[in-house]
Amino acid sequence: MLSFVLRRLGTMALTMLCLTMIVFFLINLEPNLKKLAISQTEMHTSAEQLEDWLINHGYRQNFFVRYGQWLGLLPKQPVTDPATGKPTQRFTFCNDPAVPTFSGVLEGDFGCSTKFKTTVASKLFPALGATGILMFCVLAVMVPVSLLIGILAGMREGSRTDRVLSVASIASTATPEYVSGVIFTVIFASWLGWLNGSAASASQGITFYNFTLPVMTLAIYGIGYIARMTRASMVEVMTQQYIRTARLKGISFGGVVVKHALRNALIAPFTVIMLQFPWLLTGVVIVEVMFRYQGFGYTLVEAAGNNDIDLLLGCSLVSVFIVLITQLISDVGYAFLNPRIRVQ
Amino acid sequence: MQAQYIGASTIILEVLWRFWPVWVALFIVMGASFLYRKKLALYGQLFDSGVGIVGVGICLFWLFTAIFASTISPFDPLGQIPIMKDTLPGAIEPQSGLVYLFGGDKLARDVFSRMVYGSQIVLIIAPAATGFALMVGITLGLPAGYYGGKIDTVLSFLANLVLAFPVILLFYLLVTPGIMDTPIPYAMAGVFFLFPIIFFSVLFWTRYKNRPDRLYILLGITLIVGGWIYLGLVFDKDPLHIVHIDPNQLNIFVAVVFASSPGVFRIVRGLVMDIKTRDYVAAAQTRGESPWYIMLWEILPNARGPLIVDACLRIGYTTILLGTLGYFGLGLAPESPDWGTAIKDASRLLRSFIHPALPPTIALMSFVLGLNLLADSLREQSMKD
Repeated sequence: MLSFVLRRLGTMALTMLCLTMIVFFLINLEPNLKKLAISQTEMHTSAEQLEDWLINHGYRQNFFVRYGQWLGLLPKQPVTDPATGKPTQRFTFCNDPAVPTFSGVLEGDFGCSTKFKTTVASKLFPALGATGILMFCVLAVMVPVSLLIGILAGMREGSRTDRVLSVASIASTATPEYVSGVIFTVIFASWLGWLNGSAASASQGITFYNFTLPVMTLAIYGIGYIARMTRASMVEVMTQQYIRTARLKGISFGGVVVKHALRNALIAPFTVIMLQFPWLLTGVVIVEVMFRYQGFGYTLVEAAGNNDIDLLLGCSLVSVFIVLITQLISDVGYAFLNPRIRVQ
Repeated sequence: MQAQYIGASTIILEVLWRFWPVWVALFIVMGASFLYRKKLALYGQLFDSGVGIVGVGICLFWLFTAIFASTISPFDPLGQIPIMKDTLPGAIEPQSGLVYLFGGDKLARDVFSRMVYGSQIVLIIAPAATGFALMVGITLGLPAGYYGGKIDTVLSFLANLVLAFPVILLFYLLVTPGIMDTPIPYAMAGVFFLFPIIFFSVLFWTRYKNRPDRLYILLGITLIVGGWIYLGLVFDKDPLHIVHIDPNQLNIFVAVVFASSPGVFRIVRGLVMDIKTRDYVAAAQTRGESPWYIMLWEILPNARGPLIVDACLRIGYTTILLGTLGYFGLGLAPESPDWGTAIKDASRLLRSFIHPALPPTIALMSFVLGLNLLADSLREQSMKD
């Protein structure tokens, strides 16, 4: 088991290395650098001045050198001021070292955000916290509801309840966040006026009034999928011999479902819920933009829209990490939950 | 000047009337399919269940809407008539006497016409991109599952690499205006669009290796048609100027194929690993058939059921992805009538006007729902066999 986890962690590290390299490459394409230089300098700067800005801020060094610096395997060189010849800081708003130092992601330095004029860490981690709260609420709604729907539908395959719930879950998987968000806002905010169509005030304090719509919107897309998986798993379990045996021994239907079926039926949904995180991540971006909630997704969109290199790299590192770690947890957890598939 | 309005029931009747070519086509196709459902194999079996009929109906509805878009829509989807700005549903346009059935948006365009024309964009890109993703996924998934070993390790690692990207991040990196200045989209298109040609060439080669008369004709057709489309799509140098794709759309297309082919790869790989243990594969191996013959002519046909179901779901998912792209204003032109862009424009103004937001959302939802219902009943039917 331990060697399996270690091997997976090794693959994970390799994957992250490759992915960050790809992201680094794509962010640092020539048009993107140009766009950054234009947004960071005054209006109407000439092409030479833009080029100077890029050289002065270290964007013209060799690609691998810069990647190594960002990673923390190569020392970050201080930038020399062309006027005085003394080392200066690249950006005034975050403390770049004045002497060559190893200061990259591996040392815990995520770099400078050019859009928010601060360090990436001071922007990214509060945003992650805010998104964490949102995610927690979503999972707290999504998991019980979808499991309940799945179990009720799968308990008696082909019954009326099953068909109604199945079509409802199909409908919910056909409703992406930007669709359900609009529809819910129209119904609950515009017509009924019960809820707030914007979650901008949620960063000051979360209330039922401003936080329900984002949570509901995010949860609805996932509910259908998890419910369908739970249903499939439940249907399979209910046809097993041991269920029939238990039934024939005279245990009531409810008792069989709760005591014998549930435990086995819930193994598959666990994996599905874990693998749902990458989807949730995309959903988070949409919902946070739609409801103006200042979290991770909002930060990612701002970073990408303004070509904020370090911040976008930080965001991608975090999101890729979340995707990979949930995959690992789902694999390890599956082996733990299912005694039949213990890894050798 | 105040716009004149028609009543709610008149709007509904008018909308239904506007769709008349769709109803006619739908009636003919559904009627014919229903009558001959016994002879139509898997497609015919769809008509045995209510869910299947609804699914086919919705999908065909949008297909015919896309085909007859110019007849259905009363106005130009990009045309702006200033007096109709932000008008409510049912406003009469004074010049032509025609009605803005679902009202006007903030740029004074007809919401109804935009919704109808939006279906064209979705119904061209989503199935085509899914088709290419299937080609890429199948061509790579077959050897990965069949041979296993190193080739599987490398391909699976690459697939997992792409799958580890959150889709939205991938799109922000791959579908930016800046990237059109670099050769990356064209290089990726060059690689992806090669796969169908490779696929069909190998398909015919393995089957008709010993029958040159058939082989040369089929290979020739594949190479000429494939090469022609390839030239038109990747280099925009179609000698006949028929095949043409907008650089923006090419970029979206490539990004969508890139995002969804690893999923197909994984499914195909899993199916192949399962099927290759069957007796008929062992029989083919004993006959001395080549590995690619076995993969393409023994394994692939037996994997078609799950693949068709997956393709249906995937077209729906691609539609959602296209909507996401539109919602974030990536790739598609800002005035483009596609549903995602329309939802983005309308959702910013929800506080003042809700009517421009509803038609595109309901359109997108119903189309994806139709595809999902179709996939569900296909799955149910293929399980019966």
